[in-house]
Amino acid sequence: MSNHSYAIYRSHSRPGPGDAGKTGTWRVERPVIDTKKCIPAKKNRQACFLCWLYCPDGVITRDIPPKIDYQYCKGCGICAEECPAGAITMTAESDACDNCDNEK
Amino acid sequence: MNIIDSGNTAAAIGVKLARAQVIAAYPITPQTPLTEKLSKFVESGELDAQYIPVESEHSALAVCIGASSTGARAFTATSSNGLLYMHEQVHWAAGARLPIVMCVVNRAVGAPWSIWNDHQDSMSQRDTGWIQIHAADHQQIIDTVIQAFRIAETVKIPVMVCYDGYLLSHTHTPFEIPEQQQVDKFLSSCSPSPLLEPSNPMNLNTVTMPHARPDTDGNRMPSYFEIRKNLQEDMIRAAEDIEASGKEFEKIFGRKGVSLFEPYLCNDAEYIAISAGSLSRRLMVVADMLREAGIAIGVLEIRAFRPFPSERLAGILANAKGIAVFEKAVSYGHEGPLASEIKAALQKLGSSPAVSGFILGLGGKTIKTEQLHNVLKDFCVKPPCRDLPPKWIGSEM
Repeated sequence: MSNHSYAIYRSHSRPGPGDAGKTGTWRVERPVIDTKKCIPAKKNRQACFLCWLYCPDGVITRDIPPKIDYQYCKGCGICAEECPAGAITMTAESDACDNCDNEK
Repeated sequence: MNIIDSGNTAAAIGVKLARAQVIAAYPITPQTPLTEKLSKFVESGELDAQYIPVESEHSALAVCIGASSTGARAFTATSSNGLLYMHEQVHWAAGARLPIVMCVVNRAVGAPWSIWNDHQDSMSQRDTGWIQIHAADHQQIIDTVIQAFRIAETVKIPVMVCYDGYLLSHTHTPFEIPEQQQVDKFLSSCSPSPLLEPSNPMNLNTVTMPHARPDTDGNRMPSYFEIRKNLQEDMIRAAEDIEASGKEFEKIFGRKGVSLFEPYLCNDAEYIAISAGSLSRRLMVVADMLREAGIAIGVLEIRAFRPFPSERLAGILANAKGIAVFEKAVSYGHEGPLASEIKAALQKLGSSPAVSGFILGLGGKTIKTEQLHNVLKDFCVKPPCRDLPPKWIGSEM
């Protein structure tokens, strides 16, 4: 064969946070958890965690209370839809508090 | 061993000898006997491969894309509207740099329906990023299929092997079947490299941003632009590997391997007729007749349409007075796609020979040797002209 070596450029990557950039910037609305309604927070024990289970981007933790990683949360609203306690509200990004607890 | 059989059988035996591991195809005339033959080989155990029946051509190539991503040698085949239905995946396979081999048994494209031969189907896939090689007889079909795997796996670009529906796919001629040992030796230096492995999970062809950016490990990753530029550069370089593969083939099999083009009586030719596929063989017969009448004519059979060997062609065509391009495809509203390529290739020369385009044989319209003879004779006798639009040969109405 010829002497060419083919250094193929591809867009392959291992799965991990940040693979598509800081996708939090895509968000129009952010989910905000009301810990007074959130079942694990209220009962202070491992409970439903449906937000964690349904989040398609895996940006919600199984902590008490669950934490949302706003750097990558795209604001799809599935967690708010699935929360059986109605504890998650989608809040307009323009109204959101930049220093709210979940962000830190 | 020499046998007398069809072009489709030649292709199927080539795939078997290359030990393809995954075959997915959807039947369409005139490709059907090829895939039927392959499914028989798999069922009888003659070929140790997965034959995956699918519900469409789109799925057929999608299966090959998946298989090739895991490092399996994958093959599919189609024709005409089947190829068009596959089109999105055709682009994908090339962008993903997967060494898939596909036979395109050339057939006219609907509407209206025609099951007969022309080159509109594969020509319409020109810009997908596949290597496109034409075979002009049964021996070339089997030999090119075998070489296609080596070329694809070396340059990491999928290869389309195009041959004329019915004229080659369904006619029976003698051809030699290479020994399995020889084919194994020829293909021993290459293999499709696995990208997808359970031990190393990976996202393949993830969304790219307009700019290069770091991946999750912090390595700078190319953007879409660089990835596509890389495909173009590798495609250009692939021309050398195609020729190198042909030379290696000749060493092992003692028969000429694949080349970018085949010149016939071109050295002293004042006029050169250009075509691809089996039509170029017809033109060679006509050239012999015209040579006897004292006309210095040669024929150039195009084998690689992509990568297009424009610089090399320009060298061969430079001293001709007139060039006649015969083709079975049209870029509607302009001219034949091959004529455009030839004109563009000649642009590299200071003063270029005149090029005339001829469209013929669309939808299997019979091409008579007498017709070709008269057209070519006229072309050589009259002063060369730079005709556009192309002339249509053989219209009955």
